[in-house]
Amino acid sequence: MTDAVQDSNRHTISVLVDNESGVLARVIGLFSGRGYNIESLTVAEVDAHENLSRITIVTSGTRMIIEQIKNQLRRLVPVHKVHDLTIEGPHVSRELALIKVASSGEKRVEALRIADIFRARAIDSTNESFVFEVVGATEKVEAFITLMQPLGLVDVSRTGVVAIARGPKAL
Amino acid sequence: MVHHDTMTGAEILLKALVDQGVDVIFGYPGGAVLPIYDELAKQNRIRHILVRHEQAAVHAAEGYARSTGKVGCVLVTSGPGATNAVTGLADAQCDSVPLVCLTGQVPTHLIGNDAFQEADITGITRPCTKHNYLVKDTNNLARTVHEAFHVARSGRPGPVLIDLPKDVVQNRGLYQPPSKTKSKYNPQVKGDLRAIEQAVEMIAGAKRPIFYVGGGVINSGVAACQLLTQFVRMTGFPCTLTLMGLGAFPGSDPLFLGMLGMHGTVEANMAMHDCDVMINIGARFDDRVTGRLNAFSPKSKKIHIDIDPSSINKNVAVDLSIVGDCAHVIEDMIKVWKARQPKIDERALRAWWSKIEEWRGADSLRYPASDTIIKPQYAIQRLYDLTKSRNPYICTEVGQHQMWAAQHLRLDSPLHWLTSGGLGTMGYGLPAAMGVQTAHPDALVIDIAGESSIQMNIQEMATLVQHNLPVKIVILNNQYMGMVRQWQELIHGARYSESHMDHHPDFVKLAEAFGAVGLRAERPDQVDGVIQEMLAVNRPVIVEMRTDASENVFPMIMPGMAHNEMVLGQEDRSRDNPGSEQDGMVLV
Ligand SMILES: Cc1cc2nc3c(=O)[nH]c(=O)nc-3n(C[C@H](O)[C@H](O)[C@H](O)COP(=O)(O)OP(=O)(O)OC[C@H]3O[C@@H](n4cnc5c(N)ncnc54)[C@H](O)[C@@H]3O)c2cc1C
Ligand SMILES: Cc1ncc(C[n+]2csc(CCOP(=O)(O)OP(=O)(O)O)c2C)c(N)n1
Ligand SMILES: [Mg+2]
Repeated sequence: MTDAVQDSNRHTISVLVDNESGVLARVIGLFSGRGYNIESLTVAEVDAHENLSRITIVTSGTRMIIEQIKNQLRRLVPVHKVHDLTIEGPHVSRELALIKVASSGEKRVEALRIADIFRARAIDSTNESFVFEVVGATEKVEAFITLMQPLGLVDVSRTGVVAIARGPKAL
Repeated sequence: MVHHDTMTGAEILLKALVDQGVDVIFGYPGGAVLPIYDELAKQNRIRHILVRHEQAAVHAAEGYARSTGKVGCVLVTSGPGATNAVTGLADAQCDSVPLVCLTGQVPTHLIGNDAFQEADITGITRPCTKHNYLVKDTNNLARTVHEAFHVARSGRPGPVLIDLPKDVVQNRGLYQPPSKTKSKYNPQVKGDLRAIEQAVEMIAGAKRPIFYVGGGVINSGVAACQLLTQFVRMTGFPCTLTLMGLGAFPGSDPLFLGMLGMHGTVEANMAMHDCDVMINIGARFDDRVTGRLNAFSPKSKKIHIDIDPSSINKNVAVDLSIVGDCAHVIEDMIKVWKARQPKIDERALRAWWSKIEEWRGADSLRYPASDTIIKPQYAIQRLYDLTKSRNPYICTEVGQHQMWAAQHLRLDSPLHWLTSGGLGTMGYGLPAAMGVQTAHPDALVIDIAGESSIQMNIQEMATLVQHNLPVKIVILNNQYMGMVRQWQELIHGARYSESHMDHHPDFVKLAEAFGAVGLRAERPDQVDGVIQEMLAVNRPVIVEMRTDASENVFPMIMPGMAHNEMVLGQEDRSRDNPGSEQDGMVLV
């Protein structure tokens, strides 16, 4: 028997579901009802013909809890596939953030300079503000936000993580 | 203009139910379902049992389902009708009972407007149903009904709810037969053969084995129970059953160790604790069974067979798991066993059995006899002895009486034991018995009840009388919520906060007021007489037995304790005052 006390780990789980009303509520209700943790959750239709959506969830827990989460997800009738990208091999994950910075003078210049390093694009600008679009792994997005804090950060909107396995095969 | 191929939603619904083999619906009408009731009155394929409270309709459907192996069916109105059904649905969800519950809903254009008798019942029941549907188009109605029945009975069974807006059952649409309805929901039933071979190897090599069998075998069906019995007897290994598994293996077989868990026998719990190979078939390592998790069967390799992958490694990490339907898996295990003719360690097994016989010698279900006051265990034993030749269906309510029934009845056939295990719903037994009697009109159906539980759905006495359902209700009246009183005595310093009811109805008069028969026994020498009188009447009967109010259920594994730390009886109070309630065990 394995030791019950294990370190908690972060997992990215990809769930293919029927795109029908209530399916997101089922998934979220499962997490809140059973006390599981949601760090990020994204959902959108991915196959209009088959009427399928993909939900990408970043969660954390011990090995037993992560196994429970996946098995509980598989029990839901409109859920077709559940993949743990973290353990099933290499994958890429990205999120997009829109970040509003209001400042002037030296700070405004510095914000632009850092945006350039992060390859963030200014997609809206006024005399006293920018909206930057930054795309990348969660760590990169978080680093960018931290750097913008002293430079007049006023608002952040993030998509949450989307992820997909590397290589030619479908999940 | 009416297209000649179309039907009204209500017609489609009833045709779909008939095509799904429904012969009985338990229900209660109201505005939103009147078109369906109108249609029901025009046909005679489906019988309707009019209950007195919607919760009872669901428990009755559970009784019907669990005693037949078929899907039970319920029909209630929107709003309060639907919310009244919620406890029943949660009960069926916990105990894996296949049901389809049809709820009325306000017309689609009013949904979300706080309309009269509107409740978001798909939202409310999402966590306590296996799945639910809101039908928005009459053309989808037949398909949804077929899929609901398929989901309810496939894989791990459970309750499925279909919410039916009034316009959807009034509008016209096309019917679609079951044969044309495909579902994407198809759980795996065959177990992995390599794992099965590995399991047989582990079983054959065991020195101190035990079969730990649960409700999953009952869910799987009578054939699974027969295969289980065959396999256990082939091995000659001991077998224990959970509360939900009782009847899956014959109670009178010498290989049976009795129920395990919080109120299980010494031999069952000690064998679980000391075994070297545990074969779990269709049981879910419930906290009432395991006791303190970190002391649960520390020396064993564990095999777990279950159709629901989420039951595996949930509470207890196992060494070998097989996902599949019990009947299929046991059948394959028997095949492999026969083909391999494994040599079991006869010597080790003899030593194991002699150890078990030692534990059995403790006679842990014994109780002090009395010839002045009715001991509840005595009442149950006499009830069993006087009725077993008629192979009765036994339902229970929840409490001490339920545990004594589980301990002292030695039921030999599956599907004859109906109790609320997972949710522990007081008020389950009487309506469940109603459902059983509806499915088996000529059988002897008994509800073993406590005086408190029975009052939770007592209104169903009227249903029994109206529909000529001659259920026999045996109330063990100990004047207390006995199970609560027991915990207060043992854990809360004998402070009996609100567990005593100063006033109870006169149950004999109550029975008569409903048009049923009422009988009472107050002394041990009256017990046989009232049971015989009860059996002689072909009408619903309430028998009230005035039992010893101070009696407790033993053995007992106190909250937070381990299998080898049972309290054996009133004298054995060395393990009072358990340390913590955090680890594993919870409420009454
Ligand atoms: C007052 C009170 C006291 C109690 N005390 C005890 C006690 O002392 N001992 C005790 O045992 N219980 C006790 N219980 C009951 C307890 O709470 C649980 O309900 C019970 O132990 C669960 O039984 P089970 O493990 O057989 O699982 P069930 O709830 O019957 O679950 C069945 C399992 O089998 C699986 N399954 C379903 N269908 C199939 C299939 N076709 N093939 C394979 N697998 C399938 C399911 O996925 C599930 O994992 C008590 C309850 C109450 C109310
Ligand atoms: C609906 C509901 N409410 C409360 C409880 C908690 N509870 C469990 S057993 C019990 C007492 C049952 O009393 P009775 O029916 O007289 O049975 P006894 O234990 O006396 O045999 C109570 C209140 C429950 N299980 N169900
Ligand atoms: Mg009582």
